[in-house]
Amino acid sequence: MTLLPLALKSLANRRFTVALTLATIAISVALLLGVQRVHDEARRSFASTISGTDLIVGARSGPINLLLYSIFHIGDATNNVAWRSYLEISALPAVDWAVPISLGDSHRGFRVVGTTGEMFTHYRYGAKHALEFSAGAAFDDLYDAVVGAEVADKLGYAVVQSIVLSHGTGALADEHADKPFRIVGILQPSGTPVDTSVFVSLAAIQAIHADWQSGTHIPGQEISADAARKLDLTPTTITAFLLGLKSRPAVFGLQRQIDDYHAEPLLAILPGIALQQLWGLVGVAENALLIVSALVVVAGLLGMLTAMITTLNERRREMAILRALGAHPRVMFGLLVFEAAVLTVCGIVLGLALLYAGLALGAGYAQAHYGLHVGLDFPGTRELILLGAVCGGGILAGCLPAWLAYRHALADGLSLRL
Amino acid sequence: MTSAPVTSAAIAPAIRLHDLQFAWNKGSPLLDIADFQVRRSERLFLRGPSGSGKSTLLGLLGGVLVPQQGQVEILGTDLAALGGTARDRFRADHIGIIFQQFNLLPFLNVIENVTLACRFSPRRTQQVGDPAAEAARLLRSLDVDPQQLRQRSVRDLSVGQQQRVAAARALVGAPEILIADEPTSALDTDTRAAFLKLLFSECERAGTTLLFVSHDTSLAPLFTRTLALADINRVSVAVPA
Repeated sequence: MTLLPLALKSLANRRFTVALTLATIAISVALLLGVQRVHDEARRSFASTISGTDLIVGARSGPINLLLYSIFHIGDATNNVAWRSYLEISALPAVDWAVPISLGDSHRGFRVVGTTGEMFTHYRYGAKHALEFSAGAAFDDLYDAVVGAEVADKLGYAVVQSIVLSHGTGALADEHADKPFRIVGILQPSGTPVDTSVFVSLAAIQAIHADWQSGTHIPGQEISADAARKLDLTPTTITAFLLGLKSRPAVFGLQRQIDDYHAEPLLAILPGIALQQLWGLVGVAENALLIVSALVVVAGLLGMLTAMITTLNERRREMAILRALGAHPRVMFGLLVFEAAVLTVCGIVLGLALLYAGLALGAGYAQAHYGLHVGLDFPGTRELILLGAVCGGGILAGCLPAWLAYRHALADGLSLRL
Repeated sequence: MTSAPVTSAAIAPAIRLHDLQFAWNKGSPLLDIADFQVRRSERLFLRGPSGSGKSTLLGLLGGVLVPQQGQVEILGTDLAALGGTARDRFRADHIGIIFQQFNLLPFLNVIENVTLACRFSPRRTQQVGDPAAEAARLLRSLDVDPQQLRQRSVRDLSVGQQQRVAAARALVGAPEILIADEPTSALDTDTRAAFLKLLFSECERAGTTLLFVSHDTSLAPLFTRTLALADINRVSVAVPA
């Protein structure tokens, strides 16, 4: 391999264009792997938005619709579920636990979730992580609230702060100013919609709506916060509820039973399956991003190809000299393929360095703002396959200028083209 | 080793062309040479204007081109009997070549440019033992400024100095034949004479056969024999006036 130092010195001689080529490949590789990592992490975090819940039950609509409004707080329920249905179903022998959800109000753009304290013990995300408090504890009093990490962060809330909920979810929603809440707990970031939620008790939802009807205040019938405490605050309807079963195999039987429920049309969905369906929709955009980043790599390699082919003419002299010294045209081919390989491999190494530097800098931000845990893990099998493909692509691309050089060498013979 | 010894290698002429015909891409022949010989240790001046088939002849002698008909024998070896790779190896081992100009690789230093010849020829490497030391010796005897020897880049050398480095490369490891294609055309008259003098003495020292191709007839008296390509080529090539 006496030609190795020759190729390296030739590259060093063209260090400016080589540096630019390396930068192009490095950036494209970093982008490809970065997008891949965020994609994987987004899918993982998405798929683990809710775990440990066997069934989500709501009024009959579509599975994705139910998942969207009950868990992701996107859109509104078409209908409510009667409190009686909830009581009846949660009392079935197969049911281990049930957590009701009542939606409809908001606080400065964040959804208010009326529920019970069981939410904090039974809701699971990721690898069965339970919700944890970074400060305070679950609500106890009627006018207590627990806020998600992002709510606290964005609005600068701390425990014992007083907040006012708004009726409805629009920007111009009326305020329940007469019944302020006290923040008693702040949850740790989970990367799920929990982070952007304000949790209060079901009774609290009843209380703030005691003097409302059909979405407006009933004039002259104001009920003070203290007076509301004395009312019967049992809800008549809720939006949806989560079910945990005593044994998982019972889930399909219970699902059928709820779907055929006699008193009202209900729908029960398995969260895992609905999440997969939803990802099928959302994932399209993510896949498009992956394709774009792959095309950026192709563009990077084409840049290298352009740079190499541009040098071919000025290197024809170099080739004629080597040929005169007894080099076979194969040597020209080898030199250029080797050059492409060196550029690609160095580009990949630089790209990885760039990626890890970027991840190290951005990991904290991604965790804090999106709940995405993008780790500095060693490249996985899939990533190594991708890198191998980039490497192979680079070497394959190098075959074109190499073949041209081979042709030149054969055609030029010992004549020096000036 | 040699697969088709036409004449006993020891007494064979350095170069022998016999009944040679060459044409590019089945066109009419460019070269048609009945017989052409260069004896060992001869200093032959081959005169030929550009376009007369000079480069083609060099390609044939170097084994880069193969004639449609006839033989090219170098040191008694019929090049046509060797495969492409073997011809390249043969060229590396036995023939040194100097071009008109731009002989040097800009990314190698002076010594590396000279020893590059040994990279493709284990035989020439073996001949000199230590290529770098031999390169330095040749460069000194070719009167390359020792100051410039030490300097790393060949880019700053004058054309005259560059041609001497090229000559050192063509001579390192003592190949039997040296082919010089207009090596002095880029030099001024004084430098030209000095260059030739040094080249001759180095060739004499090693017993190298020199085939010097040029259109500058003023140099012809310095050689042991002068020949015009038109005299040996039966194809009359229309040369632009």
